[in-house]
Amino acid sequence: MHTDNQEVLRFENVGKSFFGNQVLKDISFSLEKGKILGLVGENGAGKSTMMKILFSMDDIRETGGYEGAIYLDGVRLDFNNPMDAINAGVGMVHQEFSLIPGFTATENILLNREFTKRSVISKAFRGKLDTLDRRRMHLSAQEVIELLGVNLDPDMFVSNMPVGHKQFVEISREVNRENVKVLIFDEPTAVLTESEAQVLLHALRTLADRGVAIIFISHRLQEIIDVCDSVIVLRDGELVKDVRKEEGYSVVQLAKWMVGRDVESKSARREKGLDNADDIVMDIRNLWVNMAGELVDDVNLSIRRGEFLGVGGLAGQGKLGIPNGIMGLAEAGGTVLYDGKPFALNSPKAALDLKLAFVSEDRRGFGLLLDEPVYWNVTFSSMQVLNKYLKRYLGVRLRDDKEMRETTREYINSLEIRCVSEKQKVRELSGGNQQKVCLARAFDLEPELLFVSEPTRGIDIGAKSLVLQALKSYNEDKGVTIVMVSSELEELRSICDRIAIICDGKVAGILSADEDSEKFGLLMSGLRSDKESA
Amino acid sequence: MSKKLDFKVLFMKNIVPVIFLLMTAIMMPFSGYSGKFLVQEIVTRLGRDTFLVLALLIPLMAGMGINFGLGLGAMASQIALVFVTDWHVTGVSGVLLAMLISTPISLVFGLFGGYLLNNAKGREMITSYVLGFFMLGAYQIIVLFGMGSIIPIGDEGLLLSRGFGIRNTIMLDGVAGSFDTLLDRLFGFRVQIADIGIPVVTILVVALLCLLTWWFRRTKLGQEIRAVGQDMGVSAASGINVSRTRIISMLISTVLAGYGYIVFMQNVSVMPVYTGANTVATYAAAALLVGGATASKAGIPGVIFGVALFHLLFIVTPMAANRIFGAAEVAEYFRLFISYSIIALALVLNGWNAKKEKDRALFGHRNRGGDRINTADAQPEPATPK
Amino acid sequence: MSGLIKKIGWPRLIIGLFLTGLFIACPFVGVNIQFAVNDVMGRFGMNLVLILSLVPMIQSGCGLNFGVPLGIVSGAFGAVCSVELQATGFMGILTAMLIACSFAIVIGLIYGNILNRIKGDEMIISTYVSMAFVGFMCLLWVRLLPFKNPLLLYGFGGSVFKPQIPLSNHWAGVLDKVLYFKIGPVIEVPVGLFLIGALCCFLMWLFFRSKLGTAMTAAGSNPEYARAAGVSIDKMRLISVVMSTSIAALGMIIYYQHYTFVQLYMTPINLMLPTVAAILIGGAAIRKATITNVIIGTFLFQGVVTVGPMVAGSAFGDIADALRLVISNGMILYALTRKEQR
Repeated sequence: MHTDNQEVLRFENVGKSFFGNQVLKDISFSLEKGKILGLVGENGAGKSTMMKILFSMDDIRETGGYEGAIYLDGVRLDFNNPMDAINAGVGMVHQEFSLIPGFTATENILLNREFTKRSVISKAFRGKLDTLDRRRMHLSAQEVIELLGVNLDPDMFVSNMPVGHKQFVEISREVNRENVKVLIFDEPTAVLTESEAQVLLHALRTLADRGVAIIFISHRLQEIIDVCDSVIVLRDGELVKDVRKEEGYSVVQLAKWMVGRDVESKSARREKGLDNADDIVMDIRNLWVNMAGELVDDVNLSIRRGEFLGVGGLAGQGKLGIPNGIMGLAEAGGTVLYDGKPFALNSPKAALDLKLAFVSEDRRGFGLLLDEPVYWNVTFSSMQVLNKYLKRYLGVRLRDDKEMRETTREYINSLEIRCVSEKQKVRELSGGNQQKVCLARAFDLEPELLFVSEPTRGIDIGAKSLVLQALKSYNEDKGVTIVMVSSELEELRSICDRIAIICDGKVAGILSADEDSEKFGLLMSGLRSDKESA
Repeated sequence: MSKKLDFKVLFMKNIVPVIFLLMTAIMMPFSGYSGKFLVQEIVTRLGRDTFLVLALLIPLMAGMGINFGLGLGAMASQIALVFVTDWHVTGVSGVLLAMLISTPISLVFGLFGGYLLNNAKGREMITSYVLGFFMLGAYQIIVLFGMGSIIPIGDEGLLLSRGFGIRNTIMLDGVAGSFDTLLDRLFGFRVQIADIGIPVVTILVVALLCLLTWWFRRTKLGQEIRAVGQDMGVSAASGINVSRTRIISMLISTVLAGYGYIVFMQNVSVMPVYTGANTVATYAAAALLVGGATASKAGIPGVIFGVALFHLLFIVTPMAANRIFGAAEVAEYFRLFISYSIIALALVLNGWNAKKEKDRALFGHRNRGGDRINTADAQPEPATPK
Repeated sequence: MSGLIKKIGWPRLIIGLFLTGLFIACPFVGVNIQFAVNDVMGRFGMNLVLILSLVPMIQSGCGLNFGVPLGIVSGAFGAVCSVELQATGFMGILTAMLIACSFAIVIGLIYGNILNRIKGDEMIISTYVSMAFVGFMCLLWVRLLPFKNPLLLYGFGGSVFKPQIPLSNHWAGVLDKVLYFKIGPVIEVPVGLFLIGALCCFLMWLFFRSKLGTAMTAAGSNPEYARAAGVSIDKMRLISVVMSTSIAALGMIIYYQHYTFVQLYMTPINLMLPTVAAILIGGAAIRKATITNVIIGTFLFQGVVTVGPMVAGSAFGDIADALRLVISNGMILYALTRKEQR
């Protein structure tokens, strides 16, 4: 298509599957020198897999490489590790800061690329004993900072910097590399204020004008429109759209391409919606939660008794913070009423005593005792909270392992947990079966309100539908209110009654599951649907 | 913010030196020592011990905490000193030869130590502590059974009466004072300022090491070690070989500890063959920590101040305690108590501060929106319900 | 076969074979095997409860208790008090246990609170905290305790404690003598000692089957999981520290009654690394220990350090000390440098 010699990066029919699960299919596009390419897609659409392939990360190579080919400057890539990619001129600005807090901006920008003064003895040590040339380092850092157009002291320690400055230091480091050809920005504006974001977008343009090719990943669609020369949209591992700026596109169109078609099969969902808008089981007012990477700023949400409520939104917007805050696992504040009575935050015990339960997204952290048998995992919480499985022997209450194992066997049968026996260590189970153990544990707490976070993350399709089915029947048959947090909108729309979309730590809106796709897409991008016409 | 707060922060940061400085000040009059005596002692001990304490700096910089395995280098030097004494090489050449012999042994020990510590990330200090005792066992097998049987030792006087194995203590007459009194011997009179003898060459050697350490921090390798010490993940991502850097730190520390032990021994001149090494490590750690070092940060001025304060404590407090309680036995146990409690207190306070800082860092996450450019250190405190 | 080896574990296999070799070597180097068996039994019974004391802290996630000298010195304090009070026989040992445990509970509460206030480096901090405390107790032994019993103190006036205080007139051997019987001329079976060891092990086993014990195990296995189940991690850790410290004090009284002497001053520190090594030899890891680990570890470790010197002594003289350092600290290094799965 674009045959001029300005082309820097080209993907040709790139695909990738993990253990037979195709996560990326037939991706082809090209990027020219000095151009900015926007990359948009929902979580799990394949963006990060694409970047991992480009950088030849360990988990790509260890799982059998990828299909197709990638060309950099017309040469087919053959990297053995991320360092090769960096040396070849591909740089990436990460979402999480990769900076050393006790170093100055200059030291971070030039980390492991310091200017040195040659000294006599150091020849024998391959330059390791050259002293640093701090003056040149300072000048070099200064230069790149000025290029980006930010006001930033190169001698300031990173630990003393506000978050926005850290982001710029991170960017400066990538830009400072001598041979940088392609730079990837992964959600760089997520942590920036509006004015900082403007500076950054301006800097992107400056960089592009100097001949660097840029891939810009952002969920803020307006930014994509403002700064990009062309956009590619990924959905379910496929490239669904590749448009140039001249062809024209709007935020609404981008949102629609990103989220995709309306759901056809509503089989999983309740036939009729619930008619209990006034029966509120939990009323959340002005909730804030201090959870790393998932800040909740000010959430107001009413959960209706018996409903299946979905909570969606993009990663990092705070949807995961809500259940973690309410269950006392992350520091939280605000007002929460449960059954009309005030609810104590910051106490897991208080939440559990009120018959709340939580299936955490962090299976290996909060979810499981990996080195203990299945039956411990299933029954431990209910033993601690409900005093189940304790039997008196001569006046002393001791653990009744027999009853614990029997109960666990029932769950193993009903949830089809694949394990050798209830005594097998959970570490040895597959992800899907581990997730079922987490569910069994929550069910065994006999909750009245159940929070479930990312229940299908990282598990295979078969297990996925089983987990969802189990949740649905638990909701319908036992009347338990379920709040399910998930990044996969399709999944939420297939099972939930209502879906709240979280953006920037707040509830952007609550929609019925059968609303149009683009409404969801716009809410996720932080634009209210009423702005649509404007 | 306000000056008062700065003072409080400064005090909290230096609480360990402050506590022990106060303790010394209070005890000083009770000890009954003259000022001149104390100054002479401090000068001597500064020359004797500073080198060893400086050997702790590099691993600390590399984020491996305090190298309680400093005894590894000392053991290497003990082996070297046995040989030098056996071969009757004396004076400065004896000291230099001992250093030369100790170097390859230290390198082997340091390599082993570095390899082990790379497999014990996050618990380096306890591992190096246990390593010191493990190597002591191995060292004893070499010296108590190998020497005089497999390894030839000519001087019968060094051996136990059974014919093999080195005696419990060796007199290092050959190398005694080689550095301390070198100038005195060259000039033919005692170098002194106001009646206080100055071990000039020893102090010069220490000064040279200070200079080298200062220079080393400014090199590329020094920068890499600092980076690894602060964040192994980021360092690795920028292409620094973390494991190798940590092993190099351990090698430098062990070799320097060996040299430091030789400098120490030419002053003390009586070598406890089986018990000396790990004791030296404890005292060096205590001196470093009383100087205000934390488990992640230390500087050269702090080292010198620490050595001076530690030895002042070491001389003054037991004698004062002895006078107050009227029992001579108190003194010995007071020394042990002082050194252990310095280390314990410093480590506890460090751990405490580290935890507080970690909690604060977590707190910092909550600050969204608004103009964050200028509000880095003025985070609003959300009301925590309790 | 390889599965079996894996189950037993290489360290245990090697040390077990080494111990067997030592027993086999006994007759050849002129050591009466009956003496060896007798000594191993005695040392096993004497150390068992002390080593058992490490279990709660390992299970709660506090790691290897290098602060075990705190419990040991509490035991010494209890023993010394009972002598001062001139309590003898069963009343004597009960008095000693009671005082030792109360002292240990107070110390344990302080120690536990310190450990709860720090993150990481627990092991090195407990090492030095306990050594500082033992140093402090030394000052007390020298001068500061108003004890009067001449059995405890040096004869030259003042109140300086002797480093070794004989218990033969008080309660030495009172447990050993219960149901005691002899096999042949040499071997004496201290049934009472074994019974109290077994009782302690059984009680510990019961504790870890209670709701609290289960919560403690979970807190050690995955603190986040336990917190999510409403368990207070700090409380679990504090309880485990107090338990470990007071059981160590109790274990020390049992130790002294067989040893027939109380040892003061710096001796508690000499027991630190061997105690930790013993449970590791039994197969414990930094975060996991069972009663079986304790029993196997005590037997193997005490076996090697008892029989080793007997056999080596006739051949190589004082190599035993060096070997003990290498074996016990090598074992601890092995545990510290093992990759933890996470």
